[in-house]
Amino acid sequence: MKARHRRFAWIGAGVAVLGVAVALVLNAFQSNLVFFFTPTQVAQKEAPQGRPFRIGGLVEEGSLKRTPNSVDVTFVVTDTAQRVPVVYSGLLPDLFKEGKGVVAQGSLGSDGKFRATEVLAKHDENYMPPEAAHAIDQAQKGQGVSLSTLKESP
Amino acid sequence: MIPELGHFALILALLVAIAQGVLPMIGAQRRDAALMAIARPAAHAQFLLVAFAFGCLAWSFATADFSVELVAQHANSQLPLHYRLAATWGSHEGSLLLWVLMLTGWATAVSLRSRNLPAALLARVLAVMGLVSVGFLLFLLFTSNPFLRLIPAAPEGRDLNPLLQDPGMVIHPPMLYMGYVGFSVAFAFSIAALLGGKLDATWARWSRPWTTAAWSFLSIGIALGSWWAYYELGWGGWWFWDPVENASFMPWLIGTALLHSLAVTEKRGTFKSWTVLLAIIAFSLSLLGTFLVRSGVLTSVHAFATDPTRGVFILVFLAIVIGGSLTLYAVRAGAVGGGAGFAPVSRESLLLANNVLLVVACASVLLGTLYPLFLDALNLGKISVGPPYFDAVFVPLMAPLVFLMGVGPVASWRRAELPDLWTRLRWALAVAVVTSLLLPFALGRWSPLIAFGLFLALWVIAATAALVIQRLRQSPQPGLFAKLAANSAAWYGMILAHLGIAVFIIGVTLVKGYEIEQNLTMTPGQTVRVGDYDFTFRGVTPVNGPNYSGFAGAIEMRRDGKLREVLRPEKRIYNASGMPMTEAAIDTGFFGDRYVSLGEPVSEKGHEGAWVMRVYIKPFVDWIWGGCLLMALGGFIAMTDRRYRLKVKDRIAAMAGAAA
Amino acid sequence: MKALRLLLPLAVFAILVVFLWVGLSRDPREVPSPLIGKPAPEFRLPQLHAMDKQLSTSEMKGQVWLLNVWASWCVSCRIEHPLLVELARTKVVPVIGLNYKDKNDLGIAWLQRYGDPYSISIVDADGRVGIDWGVYGVPETFVVDKSGMIRYKHIGPLTTEALERKILPLVRELQNA
Repeated sequence: MKARHRRFAWIGAGVAVLGVAVALVLNAFQSNLVFFFTPTQVAQKEAPQGRPFRIGGLVEEGSLKRTPNSVDVTFVVTDTAQRVPVVYSGLLPDLFKEGKGVVAQGSLGSDGKFRATEVLAKHDENYMPPEAAHAIDQAQKGQGVSLSTLKESP
Repeated sequence: MIPELGHFALILALLVAIAQGVLPMIGAQRRDAALMAIARPAAHAQFLLVAFAFGCLAWSFATADFSVELVAQHANSQLPLHYRLAATWGSHEGSLLLWVLMLTGWATAVSLRSRNLPAALLARVLAVMGLVSVGFLLFLLFTSNPFLRLIPAAPEGRDLNPLLQDPGMVIHPPMLYMGYVGFSVAFAFSIAALLGGKLDATWARWSRPWTTAAWSFLSIGIALGSWWAYYELGWGGWWFWDPVENASFMPWLIGTALLHSLAVTEKRGTFKSWTVLLAIIAFSLSLLGTFLVRSGVLTSVHAFATDPTRGVFILVFLAIVIGGSLTLYAVRAGAVGGGAGFAPVSRESLLLANNVLLVVACASVLLGTLYPLFLDALNLGKISVGPPYFDAVFVPLMAPLVFLMGVGPVASWRRAELPDLWTRLRWALAVAVVTSLLLPFALGRWSPLIAFGLFLALWVIAATAALVIQRLRQSPQPGLFAKLAANSAAWYGMILAHLGIAVFIIGVTLVKGYEIEQNLTMTPGQTVRVGDYDFTFRGVTPVNGPNYSGFAGAIEMRRDGKLREVLRPEKRIYNASGMPMTEAAIDTGFFGDRYVSLGEPVSEKGHEGAWVMRVYIKPFVDWIWGGCLLMALGGFIAMTDRRYRLKVKDRIAAMAGAAA
Repeated sequence: MKALRLLLPLAVFAILVVFLWVGLSRDPREVPSPLIGKPAPEFRLPQLHAMDKQLSTSEMKGQVWLLNVWASWCVSCRIEHPLLVELARTKVVPVIGLNYKDKNDLGIAWLQRYGDPYSISIVDADGRVGIDWGVYGVPETFVVDKSGMIRYKHIGPLTTEALERKILPLVRELQNA
């Protein structure tokens, strides 16, 4: 084999490996990206049904309910504008508290309840999950805008 | 007074670092011996100054001096002394100071261990490290001064994050940083070689032990972090593909590629510009890791500093260091020249495949880590890339790599014959295939993934065993001991590290395949069967620690009716922060762990009633970290190889002898 | 060809830097306010700790003051709060707290827990005054000069940088004017 041919063989092999890798990545991306939706978006039916996504916001005060003697809990995630009921079966993270930020991953049932497979733990009490903060900011912004337009109309 | 002294020492260190970064560099260009000679004492002085500053900060923590803001924020008078000392690097500022301490430590080590290096090379290496240090010292002094006073002093400090109050977390950051910062040596060697235009096998031999050392420390650091997450977070997971974990894993992947590429450059003189590029990338990723963690660009569970100013500083620093070195690479690497050619089947090509796979794997991790940021930057929405993505991409890339790992050390340099490889490895292959097909039955459940994982691990072990046996048979020395002694430390290190990978894969495969996880509620007196074990809940009792209070559960664990252990998981509330914490109770064994963590009381009777609990059976989980330790140990053994310590004169003589 | 290959890593890195830069500099706070340079909208609101007493804009005439809009449900407020407490300790400038769309008992409890940096706290339960002032999100901080003119508005949680570089120099300048 001439040096030139060999070089082409190398380049070909390299391209093949890269191609396989890219295919793998794209394929995994397609199926494994988890999108984030705010409670307002969920209320406006922007979130997909059946496909997993993440939801974030505050745990509404007084909304946490346990089924006695089981690991099932329900609570409500709110961005101060809309509320989404969440069902979860399992141990809640240490820093899960009513009135605090939370991010949950799961999917939306046909009954409008969010079935969480994972409630994300954060390491610091003062730390707000960025997605949750984002959700609340969005909701607040929305309110501000709609209120000021209301004010201008009369 | 002490904090001011520390601050002053840091300022002096900055001045020394500037001198160390600039003067020897000029000296090396002009061949001015006097200027070059500054490098060594400057490195020592800088190390002493930074160590002094670090000591001052540690002293402030030890004496709980709450007039220092950092101490007031991260320590508390109730915090035990050892955690107060560990709190020195438990914060953003302190951990950066630790980073600089490591950097100057590595520079000093280089200056002490490299007496045979050509003066110009040593001068350039130390100058590059000095310049990196300038950047970090500026960052410390201008954006994150650890010695800031709090006036008036706080009467009491806030506490160290309870999650960090743990022996694993005390040594995890220093180990990780030793690794991160250790790549600065390989980086400095590469830049010096590009500047000096001399890049050859000797250069590779010089930078190899340093790279190996950094890689070994990084391996330990990552393993410790993973172990800590396993027992401290109370979730029983050992790797989450969290951005911060990825930030430490990416330099490791590239560092592994660099180790192998350096071997080729040293032995065969090829891959030179590629090796240099890998060294630059490995250190760049260490810097990027710092950037990602410290700037809050990717906020994750670990990120405890979120300050855009710092982010901008690090980004500019990153742009200068990495952009500068890549520009230098683009300009100078063309002149480096290729090396000896090799056949498509040869150890070179196998190592090339190793490199390509590792780099591609690292790129896929980088993509998964940064992709959410890209989307956010382009205003395309918020997403997260979770473990499924990484699992789906990473495993298919690593499987061929691990398979080739068995072949590589057996193949000869330049040209290997496939029939020969087949003869040498067929028994290993047969043993691996048969055992991995049968073993899952003995373990309880057969699945293709378990069999495949076991096959990879057993293949590495069997192929390595074949290699050792053949090597010993062929060596001319009489007697087993002489045969053993004839092989180099580097070779034994390689064997051990490869076996470490196998042990690691066994751990991952079996824990993923056979773990049992149950979330359940238990009332006192109740017994639940999980796996082969019966767990009986005996209620909780109050506990009081130095800076926390809470409840400890008592869970009797029986197997075949015999009491094996009483597990005592705790639920703590830390006094200063009011933060709740779950302390899991783990019964560790060679063949696996039994893991119990306490949730919360769920009945009207409060803590005297039923509790939610998490009970895990984790077979072979400790093999994961055991494998990492073996890898690191292999690295440390390889470092002690005699040929790294030969005098230049001897080496030239040896080369002349070989040439003749 | 060869030169291009060697430049490739640099190019990839350059793209990365651009993205990281954009990621860092994306600042949602850059919203221009039409109120800057205009007289502060009038209000007359009850005080949080004494609902029978009121505070109006005219009472603040003749001094430079800050209006900080906050709420106990606002998470970002907790982030900026230590800075406000520190600012209050220096007594450089009076800070009026506007408790926005909140319940009084929650607001009072919040101040008890995290410290009260406000010279006076006023209550805007239905958010009307907030609308007048063009409050976009909570928290927001306004700088009002001696003549009652809004001179600066900070959207989002205060940072040390914003305080030291923008707000405090401006306050000093206005106080000396």
